Amino acid sequence: MQPRIVEVRQGILKKNDLLAAELRQRFRAAGVFVVNLVSGPGAGKTELLEKTLSALRGRLRVAALVGDLATENDAQRLRRSGAPVEQIVTGTICHLDAEMVARALAGFDLDSLDLLFVENVGNLVCPASYDLGEDLRVVLMSVTEGEDKPLKYPTIFNGADLALFTKVDVAEVLGFDRAAALAAIAAVRPGLPVLETSARNGAGMAAWLARIEELAAAARAPAADRLETGAHRAGIR
Amino acid sequence: MHELSIAVELVEAACERAAELDARVEVVHVRLGQLAGVIPAALEFCFEAAAAGTAIEGARLAIEEMPVTVRCPACGGEPRPASPQLLRCPDCGAPTPEVVGGRELELFALEVHENAASHR
Repeated sequence: MQPRIVEVRQGILKKNDLLAAELRQRFRAAGVFVVNLVSGPGAGKTELLEKTLSALRGRLRVAALVGDLATENDAQRLRRSGAPVEQIVTGTICHLDAEMVARALAGFDLDSLDLLFVENVGNLVCPASYDLGEDLRVVLMSVTEGEDKPLKYPTIFNGADLALFTKVDVAEVLGFDRAAALAAIAAVRPGLPVLETSARNGAGMAAWLARIEELAAAARAPAADRLETGAHRAGIR
Repeated sequence: MHELSIAVELVEAACERAAELDARVEVVHVRLGQLAGVIPAALEFCFEAAAAGTAIEGARLAIEEMPVTVRCPACGGEPRPASPQLLRCPDCGAPTPEVVGGRELELFALEVHENAASHR
């Protein structure tokens, strides 16, 4: 008997995508703006987040989930900001998925939050495939990493809504070629906005905080005014 | 390396469909976009391990790699840029932020044999 071909046409990560869509609905219903921070290891996600939580805490109700392969170190650092922080230890898993986020949220009252940060596992490959229900995906690239990072990891830069250059306080000493880095981003994701920050000396932090506050305020606005930043991911498969 | 997680999801989805169809799966056809962030060889390697001991053990994985296509805001076409590292219209050179194809991570089809038991 001849084999027959049965068309399926189903996203391989359908379960994750469905759960992410549910999370996105819950976030919207509660008026929480959700930011997914992705980068390679050591780009400065935790440092940026610690300063960000501290700065915003008096003005907005903020919280964070932080993914790590093995340790609770990042959560301990972030708790110094005074914001509620939940660690997600992923074990050998190199990315966060929607289920891990949903589980970690069990202890949170979303209605009591304005802004939730999710610090992904340090990895420029795997987190790109997993929608977490976020509104904004921010990719960090430190000036210590090499200007061609976006060309080496086009998928994660292409899927981001905003890029941050971090550690710009040491850019000069390292001979960071800013124009080359901007050109690399423009090549893999034309039009991606880029902010330049140093969590250590505060450079560019005001612009970053203002951007986040503005987006979080829009998230609490009536649906028609909302920025559909997460929409391009919701429809990709 | 998240190809193992993806292979496990793929095998689960294929097994579910195989059970619904009451059929034995010979080939699993997958569409993988160049911007999906998944390496075909790594997925192949993981697929065999993920399928072992399941209803689709021994099935072959056939991967169709899908090129990146973009919408050109200047000439309105949907061309393929020269590479995922340079999203520009190959015809007019305009930057092309909008990606219309190349992110596929899709179980496209199953090639199956009906189980003998279903032909009573």
